[in-house]
Amino acid sequence: MIIPCPWCGERPHTEFAYGGDATIRRPAEPAAASDAEWFDYLYIRPNPAGAHRELWHHAFGCGQWIEVRRDTLTHRIEGATPASGAEIDRDG
Amino acid sequence: MADQPFRNPNGGAIDRGQPLCFTFNNRSYWGYRGDTLASALVANGVRLVGRSFKYHRPRGIFGIGAEEPNALVQLGQGARTEPNTRATQIELYDGLSAASQNCWPSVGFDLGAVSGRLSAFLPAGFYYKTFMWPPHRWMAYEWFIRRAAGMGRAPVEADPDRYEHFNAHCDVLVIGGGPAGLAAALAAGRAGARVILAEDAPAFGGMLRGEATTIDGSPADRWTEAVTTELRALPDVVLLRRTVAFGYYDHNQVGLVERPYADLAAPPPHAPRQRLWHVRARRVVLATGANERSMAFGNNDRPGVMLASAARAYVNRYAARPGKRAVVFTNNDSAYAAAATLSAGGVEVAAVVDVRPQVEPRLLETLRSRNIESIAGHAVLRAEGTRGVSSATVVALDGRSGPARRLDCDLLCVSGGWNPTVHLHAQARGRPAYDAGIASFVPGASFQVEQSVGAAKGTFALAACLAEGFAAGARAAAQCGHANPVGPTPLAEAEPPPAAIQATWRVGARHGRREKRFVDLQNDVLDADIELAVSEGYRSIEHVKRYTTLGMGTDQGKTSNAVGFALVAEALGADMAGLGTTTFRPPYVPVALGALAGSEGGHHVAPVRRTPLHDWHLGAGAVMAASGQWMRPQAYPRPGETLEQAARREAETVRRAVGIVDVSTLGKIEIHGRDAAAFLERVYTNRWTNLPAGRCRYGLMLREDGMVFDDGTTTRFGEHQYFMTTTTAQYTAVHRKLEYYRQVVWPGLDLWLVPAVDAWASIAVAGPRSRAVLAQMLPRADLSDAALPFMGAMVGEVGGVPYRLFRISFSGELAYELAVPADRGAAVWQALLDAGAPFGIAPYGVDALNILRIEKGHVTGAELNGRTTADDLGFARMLRRDGDFIGRRSLSRPGLTDPDRRQLVGLVPADGVTPLPRGAQIVTEPPRGEQGSSLGELTSACISPHLGKPIGLALVSGGRARLGQQLLAVSPVLGRQVAVTLTSPHFFDPEGARLRG
Ligand SMILES: [Zn+2]
Repeated sequence: MIIPCPWCGERPHTEFAYGGDATIRRPAEPAAASDAEWFDYLYIRPNPAGAHRELWHHAFGCGQWIEVRRDTLTHRIEGATPASGAEIDRDG
Repeated sequence: MADQPFRNPNGGAIDRGQPLCFTFNNRSYWGYRGDTLASALVANGVRLVGRSFKYHRPRGIFGIGAEEPNALVQLGQGARTEPNTRATQIELYDGLSAASQNCWPSVGFDLGAVSGRLSAFLPAGFYYKTFMWPPHRWMAYEWFIRRAAGMGRAPVEADPDRYEHFNAHCDVLVIGGGPAGLAAALAAGRAGARVILAEDAPAFGGMLRGEATTIDGSPADRWTEAVTTELRALPDVVLLRRTVAFGYYDHNQVGLVERPYADLAAPPPHAPRQRLWHVRARRVVLATGANERSMAFGNNDRPGVMLASAARAYVNRYAARPGKRAVVFTNNDSAYAAAATLSAGGVEVAAVVDVRPQVEPRLLETLRSRNIESIAGHAVLRAEGTRGVSSATVVALDGRSGPARRLDCDLLCVSGGWNPTVHLHAQARGRPAYDAGIASFVPGASFQVEQSVGAAKGTFALAACLAEGFAAGARAAAQCGHANPVGPTPLAEAEPPPAAIQATWRVGARHGRREKRFVDLQNDVLDADIELAVSEGYRSIEHVKRYTTLGMGTDQGKTSNAVGFALVAEALGADMAGLGTTTFRPPYVPVALGALAGSEGGHHVAPVRRTPLHDWHLGAGAVMAASGQWMRPQAYPRPGETLEQAARREAETVRRAVGIVDVSTLGKIEIHGRDAAAFLERVYTNRWTNLPAGRCRYGLMLREDGMVFDDGTTTRFGEHQYFMTTTTAQYTAVHRKLEYYRQVVWPGLDLWLVPAVDAWASIAVAGPRSRAVLAQMLPRADLSDAALPFMGAMVGEVGGVPYRLFRISFSGELAYELAVPADRGAAVWQALLDAGAPFGIAPYGVDALNILRIEKGHVTGAELNGRTTADDLGFARMLRRDGDFIGRRSLSRPGLTDPDRRQLVGLVPADGVTPLPRGAQIVTEPPRGEQGSSLGELTSACISPHLGKPIGLALVSGGRARLGQQLLAVSPVLGRQVAVTLTSPHFFDPEGARLRG
């Protein structure tokens, strides 16, 4: 697969480490989460067949975590953005 | 050269000026440069080349290329020997030696052939059913079965050759250098696209090689020459011969294996034997051609039964006659040209037997002009002969046209139709569809950006192949933005359209005579096996494949699958289109493991990391040991010392005087920013905002599930400037995880993480005299307790070398850690040794370090094993009471508060002398047989020089409440059992008086 790193451009997937489901968010206040909510955050992953938002770490590249939109059935990648939500200034 | 009785005096693309000597099954023969092993064997009249896999029946050469199911040989000897190579694709070189496989003890006299006579006991599913026998029966038969069913030998010596990987990008990748592929590459190249053209054979041309036809008015071989010359002159075109495309992967990535020196016994010095290409193409044109297939008739596996196209190519390409007298058996028009070629090449052709009742007049005319009998509406029922075909029995298919005839022949050429090579299309998740017009599966809807052309698409007329390839090449280039003029389409003579094929899969009654009709030659699958599988209830083609092993040989069923699928469809009463195919998976042909590994073999499997002091360690005679990717000194044995004695002496030196150890491998991360302290409080369990500048603190890091992840010290050097150390083992994981939290979870925090492990050489100076040594080294530094207390840090400069000095201790002694720029490490290390000489200084390795930390009760990887909590390890006081940190929420989960959790304790042998067995389980009573349960395990053990007895650290259920109890440490592996007493893990100076100086 070729992953379009928003910082580096198109790079082979062998440069990246998979980081799991990007829609799983750490509860903002873990102390307020119920046992069940915390359990879900720790262990439950939906593993969808189809559209998936997932994290990749460009370990052998820029070192940035990115969010990739990939179809798990077709491996088609729609795009990728910085996982931090940072805006990229192409001219800067 | 010498006698090659089946070689024609003229013709063929072989170099008669370069005769080559080779041996096959220990007999010497001659061939020519340009031959394959198979063509040279044909020219020498060698017909028996191997024995079949299951029945050990004699087999001969059947095909011409990658589809060959029979002629698998063990190529070469010694370290370069290679099993399961297809004689049809081995280029002849001088001195080549090859031998038949599946023959024991020899190809002529084969004990396994007895299984041919016992074949009633070897039906479909034989192996599955065998495995159902009582185990002792299987054990008894295993030796015989493995011996008899071997598929060649892997070399036992190390591979002497090197392999390399190339990465390449292109606009248009054309796979297959026959007429369609050449036309596609020509158009794409002329249009200006970046093109890679890969051809499996040593020469371009495909089916054109050696043929008499013309393109654009030139003989075919000359046209091929002109096209390749033009392509070579284009700057963005790469031509690869001897290169097979074996796998089609996601995002249009195609794996190629190039064998650049396949015509030599060994590659030239420093050149790779094979090269694996990772090609990423914007468009792929598949011009992979088609494989002819057989039909199942009696004894259709005998040496002398050969695909008609293969027989034709042996004559045209290699001037080698595959027999003296041939019968051609067909269900389609293509075999008539083969018959004419054989006849023109000096093989007497007795007859063309065609299952179709009507034959086109122009084909009949071809036969008549060559005095070949046409027998239409007939089929070959069986071949006669054992070591080779001696005749063919021909019957009328309408059952009325007279008695069976027996035609003498030593060559029986078969054409059951053509299978487009849809493998790569299907690997790319295209869906092959059944085309009744040619009775074959053809490419269907594409999934990736690929397109099939020519015979690979089911287009067989040369003019149409050229037009299709040329158009596809031009279109692919245009889609990549290259639209230079491509010139006119190459033209071939128009051929009249062929008459329809009459799909024929098997000749003879379904439960006819007992002679074998083979569907899969390589795996010895019979039509009866397939029917048995269906009658036993198998319905899915994938299940029938696995049960019968149809298409599961190294040839992956290239000549057999279509016939097998048709027989399944017939037995089920289903149609081919509905039944579908089995899944096509890479590789298309077997790929050497060496090619897949590339240069990443031996020492290059993983990078080796060396500290800035590595060379010094080697020079000092250190025994080095791998610690992950790092090389670290284990100990520095003196003459006459064992490793264990050296470690003991080194540890004693630290306790008594002073020692230095290379700790450069510890992970280091600079943490800078306004929110650095807030970040540290979230990733560590303890408090950080109150740490003053110039002080260090021990930190504990958890995972979100509450287990301890890592530990280390972090130092504050400035208002917003921190310096973290991690364990050697977890550095990469910690850094990646901290970046994850910084970037993804808390992007609002203002800080930066800078990995710094390679920037520093770090040296721990430990022992009661460490301060005195450092005072010599750093005369201007104030090392008093007031200026640099325990857990203090300072920066300075000595002799132009900036340093960081930390007063931290892993050994439990008064100790410091001195960090200097990596390139100054060796000089500083030597200066420390010089300054310390009067104080009795000595370097120590990781073994002594381990002894010292076990005595002190410090945990490392053995205890930080991903299953221990802070409380398990006695760190409960390090859990901050307020605020959030990674893993905090999990600490209240029931499994983490269970009082029976395994807790860190110390162990000593009850008798005070018996060493603790490594890896021991801690139990209350001796285990009986496989019964019993464990209370815990010994994690670290040593013989303490300080205490003069064996000690250990262990994780024991409810361990802290058991201190003083006597239990057993048992190792069933070592067969040892030692009574132990549970103690505090802090064996040495539990109050920490020593490290405070
Ligand atoms: Zn990147």
